[in-house]
Amino acid sequence: MKILIVDDFSTMRRIIKNLLRDLGFTNTSEADDGLTALPMLQNGNFDFLVTDWNMPGMTGIDLLKAVRADERLKDMPILMVTAEAKRDQIVEAAQAGVNGYVVKPFTAAVLKEKIEKIFERVDG
Amino acid sequence: MLGQNQDSQSEDVWEELKDRARSLIDKLEQGDLQGASSAIEALNEARDRNLFQEVGKLTRGLHDAIINFDIEIMRQGEDGAESRMANAQERLDYVIKLTQNSADKTMDMVEEGIPVAADIGQKAKTLREDWVRLKRREMNPDEFRGLYQGIDDYLVSASDSADLLSEKLNTILLAQDFQDLTGQVIQKVMTLVKDVEVRLVDLMRVAGQVEELTGIVLSAEAAQAGKTEEGLDSAAEGPQVNADTRDDVVSGQDDVDDLLSSLGF
Repeated sequence: MKILIVDDFSTMRRIIKNLLRDLGFTNTSEADDGLTALPMLQNGNFDFLVTDWNMPGMTGIDLLKAVRADERLKDMPILMVTAEAKRDQIVEAAQAGVNGYVVKPFTAAVLKEKIEKIFERVDG
Repeated sequence: MLGQNQDSQSEDVWEELKDRARSLIDKLEQGDLQGASSAIEALNEARDRNLFQEVGKLTRGLHDAIINFDIEIMRQGEDGAESRMANAQERLDYVIKLTQNSADKTMDMVEEGIPVAADIGQKAKTLREDWVRLKRREMNPDEFRGLYQGIDDYLVSASDSADLLSEKLNTILLAQDFQDLTGQVIQKVMTLVKDVEVRLVDLMRVAGQVEELTGIVLSAEAAQAGKTEEGLDSAAEGPQVNADTRDDVVSGQDDVDDLLSSLGF
């Protein structure tokens, strides 16, 4: 399971990376915004994307839309982990095809639950 | 707009002053003292009128600059939205709260973890002393039975302690999430500070023109600066510092889950 973590703050990337490792996912890579993430996704055989929303360059919502619009990437499960908490935004992410939405600050248990739920659905 | 208007007006005034000066010289050259005297009066009158106009414009400009500053930065919006300054204060309070929570949580975990680590070390040290005595065959059967039980107990407690410590380390890790959230908030406040600076510079420039009495130019750029702040609904806002009091914002993960499940997730 190869996972890409996209967040402009390195602290948050490290936190998510460590939490994922704790859940048994050790094969992770990092990108600091959508512009860096998209080519990595297109060339890297990733299985799962965890992305922030608010980033310079290309935001997470634009990355989400770009992935869904890419023929080869469109089925990739995507979890959004973000401080953006407006209802309109969550609806927009859902409409754009996000698989899970976690608002910061979050707990390890919530992240675990959402990831497991996504995989249950993808596998099932 | 004010600037262009003022420039053309000021040109008119110059033309008027020049015309009147020329007519004064004409009158003087013609030896027409009476005419010259009234030309001087006309010149004086034109200058005074211009002076009053300029003072008026300057006062109005200063007034506008103060009002803009007040409305944009300090005052509540018409829709009841709080002022950007009050919002910035709230945001900074949020930064303090988050950093405080994180520091407290981290220190709690460290304080709870230290005795656990010390206990593992202490028990291992006691066991090792007994172990050395066993290797030297200095132990009687009763003491050996004690050591046997001691090793058993130690293995259980070391395993429990390791779990406990790794749980505490994970909590410390998660407590560092404040850096991302406070970083976003501080970036917003920095934008506000920059806006305030632009407006203050405007205010200073207007005030500085009092001496010259040349009027006021409010840069169109600065006048626009405050208006681009509110974007689309889906534009990134960063962490919500007062989610509890807003209807358009979820107040936690449970709300997000409810909203998503209402959308068929």
